[in-house]
Amino acid sequence: MNRFDYVRPDTVAEAVQALGADPGARFIAGGTNLIDLMKYDVERPGRLIDITRLPLRQIEERDGGLRIGALATNATVAYDARVRERYPLLSSAILAGATAQLRNAASTGGNLLQRTRCYYFYDTATPCNKREPGSGCGAIGGVNRIHAIFGASAHCIATHPSDMAVALAALEAVVQVSGPSGERSIPLAEFHRLPGDDPARDTTLAPGEIIVAVDLPPPAFATHYTYLKLRDRLSYAFALVSVAAALELDGTTIRTARLALGGVAHKPWRNAQAEALLQGKPATRETFQAAADLIVAEAKPQSTNGFKIELARRAIVRGLEQAAAGTPQSQSDKRIQ
Amino acid sequence: MTVQFSPAAGHDRFVGRAISRVDGPAKVTGLAKYAGEFTALDLAYGVVVSSAIAKGRITGIDTAAAEAVPGVLKVLTHENRPATSTKPEDYQDAVAPPGAPFQALASDRIAFSGQPVALVVAEDFETARYAAALVRVTYATERPHTDITAQADAAYDPPMKRAGIKPPPEPWGDAAKALEAAEVRVGAEFRMADEHHNPMEPHASTVIVEKDGTYTVYDKVQGVSNTHDYITSAFGLKPEQVRVLNPYLGGGFGSGLRPQYQLFLAMLAARDLRRSVRVTLTRDQMWSFTYRSEAVQIVALGADRSGKLTALRHDAVQGTSQFEDYQEVVVNWSGVLYECDNVALTYSLTKLDTPTPGDMRAPGAVTGVYAIETAMDELAYATGQDPIALRLKNYTERDPTEDKPFGSKALRDCFRQGAERFGWARRDPAPRSMREGRELVGWGMATGIWESMMMQSSAHAVLGADGRLEVGNSTGDLGTGTYTILTQIAADTLGLPMEHVTTKLGDTRLAQAPVAGGSWTAASSGTAVMKACRAIAEQAFKLARGMENSVLANVDFERVVFTNGRIELAGDPGTGIALTEVLRATGTERLEATGDAGPDKDFAQNYEAYTHSAIFAEVKIDEELGQIRCTRIVSAIAAGKILNLKTARSQILGGIVMGIGSALHEESMLDHRIGRFMNHNLGEYHVPVNADIHDIAVIFVDEEDKANPLGVKGLGEIGIVGVAAAIGNAVFHATGQRIRHLPITLDKVIGAD
Repeated sequence: MNRFDYVRPDTVAEAVQALGADPGARFIAGGTNLIDLMKYDVERPGRLIDITRLPLRQIEERDGGLRIGALATNATVAYDARVRERYPLLSSAILAGATAQLRNAASTGGNLLQRTRCYYFYDTATPCNKREPGSGCGAIGGVNRIHAIFGASAHCIATHPSDMAVALAALEAVVQVSGPSGERSIPLAEFHRLPGDDPARDTTLAPGEIIVAVDLPPPAFATHYTYLKLRDRLSYAFALVSVAAALELDGTTIRTARLALGGVAHKPWRNAQAEALLQGKPATRETFQAAADLIVAEAKPQSTNGFKIELARRAIVRGLEQAAAGTPQSQSDKRIQ
Repeated sequence: MTVQFSPAAGHDRFVGRAISRVDGPAKVTGLAKYAGEFTALDLAYGVVVSSAIAKGRITGIDTAAAEAVPGVLKVLTHENRPATSTKPEDYQDAVAPPGAPFQALASDRIAFSGQPVALVVAEDFETARYAAALVRVTYATERPHTDITAQADAAYDPPMKRAGIKPPPEPWGDAAKALEAAEVRVGAEFRMADEHHNPMEPHASTVIVEKDGTYTVYDKVQGVSNTHDYITSAFGLKPEQVRVLNPYLGGGFGSGLRPQYQLFLAMLAARDLRRSVRVTLTRDQMWSFTYRSEAVQIVALGADRSGKLTALRHDAVQGTSQFEDYQEVVVNWSGVLYECDNVALTYSLTKLDTPTPGDMRAPGAVTGVYAIETAMDELAYATGQDPIALRLKNYTERDPTEDKPFGSKALRDCFRQGAERFGWARRDPAPRSMREGRELVGWGMATGIWESMMMQSSAHAVLGADGRLEVGNSTGDLGTGTYTILTQIAADTLGLPMEHVTTKLGDTRLAQAPVAGGSWTAASSGTAVMKACRAIAEQAFKLARGMENSVLANVDFERVVFTNGRIELAGDPGTGIALTEVLRATGTERLEATGDAGPDKDFAQNYEAYTHSAIFAEVKIDEELGQIRCTRIVSAIAAGKILNLKTARSQILGGIVMGIGSALHEESMLDHRIGRFMNHNLGEYHVPVNADIHDIAVIFVDEEDKANPLGVKGLGEIGIVGVAAAIGNAVFHATGQRIRHLPITLDKVIGAD
């Protein structure tokens, strides 16, 4: 771990200014990921800007939806009565991740900005284009059980580890950011990016920008939803495959469908064609299978993660079944409905 | 109970009960200090720089930037390493396998990934850690070989056998021919993952340089004597120049049996700098020494149609390092467990570019019993037998590998009581016959076995004039309850309340005892403590009898009991004298005695000693998604006398949970291209968490054993043995799929790759 300076601004403007002046600076909120990365010598910030004093902890009503402050902890969001009632998919996804202790510390903004758990990214003895651009990708042809099956490149096959972000993608949340050139909104789907030839960049945040809030649009999926997470142990493990499914039904016909996958790509993975295919169809296993087949048709395996394609196909079908039946996956009883 | 642990002096008041651990309050309040927590005014901090490659040579090591950091005291590398003993045998600790033990910073050669290549010592930990990141190492890399399947052809019979590890017995009968002729045959290859111990407490050593130049060493080790002897021989010191302590361990599982490289480095730096040094390894560095290495195993069984075994083969090839021939007992269990006229067992090694593997909880048995007990389940299906009936059909009252009877073997009771508790009789043996909603339900069982051993141990006891007793020796309490059981034994032997007994462990100034491992501590240290306390009892009795107008004047020792702090005539509580009164009246400041215990040679000549268990497992598997939940385990244990039902149960629970991990979760994943374990942290190396653990029932069946006066057989290992087979057999019962490669993860269940 390197030596670093530490500042603690009181306002967003001060925070933005502090970051803009120093390319080696990093914001720190809960620190649940950044501190680990610093201990591994993966992140070597010259300066930490502690943003925990910024007034960004509130969850507020906004345009018929909710605005979640960037510093609201994962636990606060997951257990907020409004979130649980109107956006239970988000609450469920958050509770599927990490541990109670981590959720108590981790912030909403930090959750979106957490780095991949690719083994090679964390291990400075190995090459990694995300950590050290141009050094190569150790995971390709290596130990890649947990790696991407969608949207990977010849430079990087890492996945984004967040559960929360997968639910936010399905809910079409909007990330509010503030930066040197003012404020702007980034739809969640455009917030994380695919690795391409620049895997060092996880998101579309511009230099100097800070997340101030995440907006949830008016709720529509409080009844037919699920967050189904499959992993190598039943808690405190990142998803091999996860499915956030949200439906609106007219009787047994699908009016609207949203589907996002986690653990399979550099970002929460959505497929507009599959969602369109579901629309107007009967909510049956056959329909769900057709959507799943369409999604996994573009999956590409790595050397040891081919199983994730079939697992994803089956998980999509089950997730849609759970959503359609109104029997969302419990995050405490690990039996899958 | 016919075996009284102390028929003349004292009687069971605490022994055999469920008693909370005496060190519990110290642990939960933080008063219990661990090796990396002791300190000194002049303490410096060492941080290890680890090799990025698995094989090759260091071509350059640039320490200038690290040395330039204010506060850095020294950067030790192979280029400036102070001299220590040049004889490889001086680095062979008490449990070392044959070979030349690894020596940190000995040369520019790299023999395994993560090998320490430098130690940065600084005034504070943060400075040392920062400077360690500035050390630049360049390597000439050679291609490592870490894939046991690729190296299996190079397997060899280890020319030197490891002390204490029985090689496979000579074959008997003609297994090949009998297999050929068998009416029913099953046979398959079994694989499992490399596993790392991962005790919660990482390895750490604090070396304190005393004013007189001697060393006080706090080392995370399972036996301080081993560290002591290693340091004195490697550094050429006299025994009295080094004192080693380790009062508590945050888990060991075998990883603390041998002194590890952080100890050597801390000692090296302390001697060089003439000041106290602490070195604590990081969690990822816990993947840079000792592990349970995978064995590729083939088991072939032949039987008649009724299931009676006619042929048994068990062959194992296990990985070891390039520099030591680590060995454990993998295949012998198959020969000990079952009666069969034609048996052939082989065990060989193959060299890998990894650290030397080491003993990990039930070393060898976890591996070998997994294979034989899975194969027995396959035979049960092949012959249409109930798995318990098949095991009873091939049950043996004698150890066929030694042709001696077992000292005790209550395995039939384990089967019966375990099956009853589990509800085994309600099992429909057909695979895929049980289902709850979307989940397939499977019930499986297996046998567990472990050696019951005793080691030469001493213990010392001191009874003070205030009636308080102190007992102890140098063995370690891994967190299993050793402090507690020794306190119980001492209190019962002298008839004292437990609060009046203090047990001290983990200090080379205490009476000599071996490392805590192999499940031998309760029997060995327990007997030694009992004997020391018996000797004090006899001394006290003699004094009491000699007192003026003594009420015990004409009484024999055999007729008194020690109870309530008094020596009393048996059956006549009114006739007696308080121990404090005996010491006061006779002007005795204290009574002291040392007790020695060791294997009973007569017993060993006539009997074989093993603990046994029957494990029953229930799994529920989402048929479509492959998610496995291990919802129930019943483990019935035959391990002689149980000293403390609470700590014993906890120890078995821990073994079972570790067994669940072995079956379903634990896997150190090697990138063979670079010879490196990649998931080297507890986020990605999965051990079971609460959500993975459901109902676990532990039954201790009655078993009388005479190997030692306590009737104790040991519990450290038996809890884990066979658990993976029981779970794997349950997975087969649930799904109809036989998965012979641990851990059983969901991809293997859904059969997609």
